[in-house]
Amino acid sequence: MWWKALLFIIMTAAIVAAFVTEAPQQQIGEASRIFYFHIPQAWISVLAFAMSMIYSIGYLRKRDILTDGRAADTAAIGLLVCILAAATGSIFAKVTWGSFWNWDPRESSIFLLLLIYGAYFALRGAVQDENRRATLSAVYSIFAFLTVPFLVFVLPRMVPSLHPSDSVVDENMKFVMGAEVWRILLTSLVGFSVLYLWMFNISGRIRKLSRARFEEI
Amino acid sequence: MFRIAAENLTKRYEHRWVLKDISLSLSTGESMAVTGPNGSGKSTLLKTLLHLERPTKGDVRWFEDDRELDQSESGRLVGFVAPYVQLYDQLSAEENLKFFASVGHGNVTGKRIDELMEMVGLEGRAHDLVGGYSSGMKQRLKYAVALQEHPKFLFLDEPTSNLDDSGRKIVRDIVEVVRAETVLIIATNEPEEYAIAQQQCQLGD
Amino acid sequence: MPSSNANLVTRSLAILAKDIRLELRSRHALNAILLFAVSTLSVVSFSVGQSGLGPHVLAALYWVVIFFSAIAGLSHSFVREEETGTGLLLRLKADPDPVYLGKFFFNLMLLMFIAAVVTPLFFAFTDATLEQPAPFLTITCLGILGLCASTTIVAAIIARAASRGALFAVLSFPLLIPVLLVLVRASQKVLDGQSWGEIASEIQFLVAFPVVMIVGSILLFKFVWRE
Repeated sequence: MWWKALLFIIMTAAIVAAFVTEAPQQQIGEASRIFYFHIPQAWISVLAFAMSMIYSIGYLRKRDILTDGRAADTAAIGLLVCILAAATGSIFAKVTWGSFWNWDPRESSIFLLLLIYGAYFALRGAVQDENRRATLSAVYSIFAFLTVPFLVFVLPRMVPSLHPSDSVVDENMKFVMGAEVWRILLTSLVGFSVLYLWMFNISGRIRKLSRARFEEI
Repeated sequence: MFRIAAENLTKRYEHRWVLKDISLSLSTGESMAVTGPNGSGKSTLLKTLLHLERPTKGDVRWFEDDRELDQSESGRLVGFVAPYVQLYDQLSAEENLKFFASVGHGNVTGKRIDELMEMVGLEGRAHDLVGGYSSGMKQRLKYAVALQEHPKFLFLDEPTSNLDDSGRKIVRDIVEVVRAETVLIIATNEPEEYAIAQQQCQLGD
Repeated sequence: MPSSNANLVTRSLAILAKDIRLELRSRHALNAILLFAVSTLSVVSFSVGQSGLGPHVLAALYWVVIFFSAIAGLSHSFVREEETGTGLLLRLKADPDPVYLGKFFFNLMLLMFIAAVVTPLFFAFTDATLEQPAPFLTITCLGILGLCASTTIVAAIIARAASRGALFAVLSFPLLIPVLLVLVRASQKVLDGQSWGEIASEIQFLVAFPVVMIVGSILLFKFVWRE
């Protein structure tokens, strides 16, 4: 389909541009290129969690087991992307500030998200009955989401951050980027988002098919 | 006039069908025995009817006259006796009765407690901790708890398990007294117990 | 039908009273959590208590003891119901709201009791000093409120799952990280001699957090209970 070709072009453009143009952050240098991938990954891992929570609410209202399946699928994609975000962030941290992990607010947020994803799947693994599994993981997912605002608003004020040392986000939390940097980042963001939606869509179709098969037996 | 209606109850556990397309409807005064070999899903059926398990497909509805009852209401109209239903071992019989009354309709008087204990043949044992009871005594106490609030539905899973002859007689007497005013559902392996009920539902083909 | 509020209160109290009575007679949760707290505290005190580590480390250690005690003990109320087989009848007869409230207050009392034992011992066994008890106690109480607010519903969730002990810790930890960070920070400041003014934003957080968690729990608990 046309949009798959478009996605391919967008992602390729973003990847090439990330390496061919000037590094976004001159003080840090070449390593800052990872920013073009790390930021979208962080964004998708949060988006995927929010989607999982929304599908969880949907399950509790309608009790359709397929809805629960979709909540789990988006969480699975989110977990994968979250691991990537933590890894790319960690690499960047090592190159820039000398150590792989420092517990600054953003690192802590990604870590927390990773723990929530892990807990979600641990819970799912521990419940055999499919309806109960769906209900309990839906409740946990929603409840966990309630703690997220606390982390997001609390930590930056409480813990001194390493992240402000980038020139991308200044003290007022506003983006301060060159136009070109912004364009590439945006492209990458769009690319990753469409990729996520596509993966989610495929997983939904697989799930429907396997569910139909399951019901026949 | 109370009624329980189940439609196309299906319960699946991974790849195993535990219940398949079961429908039934019972009103006050009617009774049913659920029979079948071990593992055929009798207990699962009872638990599903009581909303303690969720069916994979189908539904269960409870009615008072024509009004549908929600889960809080229906739960309080039920007396449930089963081997897997336990009372609090660290509480006395009296404390158990008082507790279940307080989360249900309200208080239970000392007089009523004595009445119930006498009915199940446990007079004088109200203040003993349930942990010290024999299994037969615990079974009798379960009946006391089940009947305490004059239930409109009585669910008995293996009604006479652990009971001696006098215990069995007590159960028969209780059933005779309450059957006209309740919906009675029994799950059992024992042929003598089938006779208690008017209808039969055979599981496990 | 009688007033629904009166029923909620009496039913919640009935469940709370029942759990307290059971606990006093068997002391399972109490023993586990008390033993845990005192042993952990002893190790802390023995190894680093008098080494002049300063308020930063000591505050963290204090909350480590309280947090792990919470994880050791706060799931008992629900897990015990399932393990002894009493949960079935309770789920049949009792409404979700009184069950949540009753067990929440039970957990609260349990953890407060532990803190009441651990806190004086903590100050006795380490070289932490406290010029102003009021801020520290306020922080501790609010912190305990927050810990219980998050973990009570988690305990209900894991009660009917496999590998309950580990699962309780795994599910609780992410939910408690924000509040733990704030608690440690606030306690650090107080142990360092600072007072109310400097911990104003932490106190705000520590009041808002349990409120949100309790409201969320009450709304979601009915799904867990009737499952």
